[in-house]
Amino acid sequence: MNSRKVKEFVGFAILRLATFLILSALFIILYFIIIRGIKVINWQFLTHKPCEGMTSGGIFPAILGTFYLTLCAICFALPLGVAAAIYLVEYARQGRLVRIVRIGINNLAGVPSIVFGLFGLAVFVKYFGFGVSILSGGLTLGILILPVIIRASEEAILAVPNSLREASLALGATKWQTIYRIVLPNAIPGILTGSILGIGRAAGETAPILFTAVTFYSAKLPTSIFSEVQALPYHIYALMTEGTHPETQIPIAYGTALVLLFLVLGIDLLAIVIRRRARRRKW
Amino acid sequence: MVDIVTSHHSPVTSKKEVKISIRNLNIWYQDMQVIKNVNLDVEKNKVTAIIGPSGCGKSTLIKSINRMLDMIPEAEVGGTILLDGQNIYDMDETFLRKRIGMVFQMPNPFPKSIFENIAYGLKIHKMFKSKQDLYFKVEKALKQAALWDEVKDKLDKFALDLSGGQQQRLCIARCIALEPEVVLFDEPCSALDPVATVKIEELIEDLKKNYTIVIVTHNMQQAARISDYTAFLYLGNLVEFGPTQKIFTTPQNKMTEHYLTGKFG
Repeated sequence: MNSRKVKEFVGFAILRLATFLILSALFIILYFIIIRGIKVINWQFLTHKPCEGMTSGGIFPAILGTFYLTLCAICFALPLGVAAAIYLVEYARQGRLVRIVRIGINNLAGVPSIVFGLFGLAVFVKYFGFGVSILSGGLTLGILILPVIIRASEEAILAVPNSLREASLALGATKWQTIYRIVLPNAIPGILTGSILGIGRAAGETAPILFTAVTFYSAKLPTSIFSEVQALPYHIYALMTEGTHPETQIPIAYGTALVLLFLVLGIDLLAIVIRRRARRRKW
Repeated sequence: MVDIVTSHHSPVTSKKEVKISIRNLNIWYQDMQVIKNVNLDVEKNKVTAIIGPSGCGKSTLIKSINRMLDMIPEAEVGGTILLDGQNIYDMDETFLRKRIGMVFQMPNPFPKSIFENIAYGLKIHKMFKSKQDLYFKVEKALKQAALWDEVKDKLDKFALDLSGGQQQRLCIARCIALEPEVVLFDEPCSALDPVATVKIEELIEDLKKNYTIVIVTHNMQQAARISDYTAFLYLGNLVEFGPTQKIFTTPQNKMTEHYLTGKFG
């Protein structure tokens, strides 16, 4: 073997190793969570409330709480994000202002999530007086995932070929008719994919809901959007940091982690399915 | 500057009806002037071809007629374009584009069914009274575009599954479903094979009975075959304009002659 071939071999070996390491990290995480969590998972665990001071029982209120919070976040962020994306791509003159807005949105994506938590506490909980509630937490999560939704929607809208816009406008359609009837229907798979990834992100976040929505334990299930709730990520945190019976709480925490992990993976899988189905359509 | 030879007043003796009148048209893209003081009259129910080498401004010129240039923010238009004597910039652009339809270089059907492609414009302009009326108008447009026999059994099929030539005829049907007065063709055959091209050319011949047609083409033979008038555009200047036969047999300008004989372009 000459030296060029050796270099090539070594180069590829390093690349392969890097890929392998990443994959193995994923599988090690999955392995440990599954091994430790699977023991406590059963139907009761998924459908019952915690009892005896968190040392036994299920995590149903936390599952429900996470569901409500994510639903609230997406109801707020999806229409707002899609509308902003339409404006930025289709209407706004591509100049300095739009560049600044884009930079702003990108920076929003880089803000640490605990900062969103504090913001939510100051604005939604205190200033608007929503209290520690599903609404406050949902809105905070909504702002957190706005950049994800805006960017995904922008990309999906940009991916609609310009020739279709031209065709519609040349038939005498207004810009709005063109967007509403041609651009949006063709951008929806991409928008959905991005939004679903946003949902996955929102479901797994702890910090933004820490001060705005969650409670360690609530005796009854939430009754309105102004109720405080339990949520999966915070439940793990609470089990690991509070209480006096770690030997019974830690397995429950792993069980909860397993449920959360599969929830998020399931959501991402849904996004992949939608994207694949959309890709099969040609222009 | 090139001398402009306009011979369109002399040869035809019968009275002509001007549909579109372009006067002192100048178009800039930022600092670059792409159309330079063009004057051109398009006669009603005739085919007017615009020929010239790539980058001469053919597409820009045709896109100015239905104000598709509005889509390009950096394009600036000076001069006037009159449709039946009325300045197109005094009209609502959606109404203008209903009167002046356009067929593009690449077939661009919507990713919808064949039926919905034709119905789109009719729905946009609320041009039908009932479901039957809509169906009737879709059928009529497809028949006019010589596509009906090929698609009548699969109107609900995806339009993008049609062949390229069929897609282009679908786009023509979509356009004429709105009963426009003028149809602009921007190199409609450049993405098509020869057989599909012949079909489109026959269709254009047929359509001129009811419509005024302007066609941009880089194919001189095509211009010679189907047009009544030919305009030769070079570097944004209208070099020569007149009856097609005259332009092709006895061009007045050396540049036109050189282009037509293949010395450049």
